[in-house]
Amino acid sequence: MKEKDIIKARNLDFFYGRAQALRHVTAAIPAGRVTALIGPSGCGKSTFLRTLNRMSDLVEGTRVEGSLTFHGEEVFSPNVDVTELRRRVGMVFQKPNPFPMSIYDNVAYGPRTHGRWNRAALDDIVERSLRAAAIWDEVKDCLKKDALGLSGGQQQRVCIARALAVKPEVLLMDEATSALDPISTARIEDLILELREHYTIVMVTHNMQQALRVSDKTAFFLLGELVEIGDTETLFSMPRDKRTEDYITGRFG
Amino acid sequence: MAKGRRRRAWNLLAAALPRLGALVTVGLLAFVAGYVLWRGLPGLSWALLTQEESVLHGQVGIAPCILNTVYVIAVSLAAALPLGVGAAVYLTEYAPRRRLAAAVEFAAETLSGLPSILYAMVGSILFCTVLGLQKSLLAGSLTLAIMTLPTVIRATQESLKTVPRSYREGALGLGAGKWRTVRTVVLPSSVRGIAAGCILAAGRVVGESAVLLYTAGLSTAMQDFSSLSGLVKASGSTLTVALYVYAKERSDFTTAFAVATVLLFLTVLLNLTAGAVGRRR
Repeated sequence: MKEKDIIKARNLDFFYGRAQALRHVTAAIPAGRVTALIGPSGCGKSTFLRTLNRMSDLVEGTRVEGSLTFHGEEVFSPNVDVTELRRRVGMVFQKPNPFPMSIYDNVAYGPRTHGRWNRAALDDIVERSLRAAAIWDEVKDCLKKDALGLSGGQQQRVCIARALAVKPEVLLMDEATSALDPISTARIEDLILELREHYTIVMVTHNMQQALRVSDKTAFFLLGELVEIGDTETLFSMPRDKRTEDYITGRFG
Repeated sequence: MAKGRRRRAWNLLAAALPRLGALVTVGLLAFVAGYVLWRGLPGLSWALLTQEESVLHGQVGIAPCILNTVYVIAVSLAAALPLGVGAAVYLTEYAPRRRLAAAVEFAAETLSGLPSILYAMVGSILFCTVLGLQKSLLAGSLTLAIMTLPTVIRATQESLKTVPRSYREGALGLGAGKWRTVRTVVLPSSVRGIAAGCILAAGRVVGESAVLLYTAGLSTAMQDFSSLSGLVKASGSTLTVALYVYAKERSDFTTAFAVATVLLFLTVLLNLTAGAVGRRR
């Protein structure tokens, strides 16, 4: 039987030094769905996202308590292979961040990191990843060109292809469209709807319309607390918590 | 009325002084460069650059000194580059304790301000005597490597710090380890800054005389660079030292100024290259 919830957090606390960024977060991320994390700035949604593949380790002086599991295994356990975790839980960042190398090398970076050097196999992975990220047609004739020469929207789709190239199960998107123009944003939203078929997606967004358009499930964070998590339509139409209602109706944030 | 006039006078003066300062500075530089060229260009010839000096044939030539200079630049950079880049990578990317990094940075800063004669003495004791290299270009190059190490470290550190955090995050987010991230993303993005730093270090090497006077010898004769033992034993003067030798010991000012002209061109060339390398992209 296929498991239903791929990621589970129970009473997860997260501290930057003395400041507590997450308070007793308990949430389940369903496999094969799009989960949106919403909430005002500083509410902990990005922090939560970054614990999922332990990008939170990059900041010094942080501390985690409680439980966070991926396929039932503790993410913050000392025996976890972080490299393998990050291969399985990929990430797309807020600002497109292609490496200063060719489009091909960008997409091949992950597979090479994980030991795939066979030229033909790489060619295949690069093409499939770029196709999956809906940018193949635009770049197929200039794979050797510097990725930094592309437009912002194209760069972000190359970054998505780069993340897909290591065949992750989960894709984390940290406000992946907030630095893009409306047309590029729309393309990436379409892309998310397509990717949903094959990946579990967790996305942080400032844009509630976006959450409504593309997500199946929505989690609302406030001051480090997970206030409410539920089916997107239900959460937006019949929020259970007063604070959720205030936020989605634009009374603060 | 009177007040307004005085203010105008002050403004005029305030505008004139910096201009005067700039003019004097440029003027002095132009004078030095012009004088060197005026005295040096007549003595400069293809033969001088490509020949070896010979008392028997009454022929002057600084080809050996040019080769010595190339040797010293190459060997000192070959030694300082891996050490300096390694140290900088460790300090900026790995150093577990900020204190240690800060201490090493402070030390590097201080070392780069020490008078070179100090390096000369330490180098001559360490390399020439203790390690038995005697007065040789190799001993001189190694001493210069130590002297330029702080320059290379600083340049590399500055360059590493300009690499956007997002590059590192991108690589780490794909599961790349720290070393792979540094090697494949961070270092390639900072290679221009490192190269520019190396060229500046080469500039220091070219301009150095005290260290080499103590450690590398004064010969202006051609050295044997064709064998390993020749490379180890070679001892002689670089262009800068040769300038001293010709001017001070032989009172041959025609050749001395010709050497000075070559040095002038070389320094300008190095600085232009450093600028061009550092600026692109």
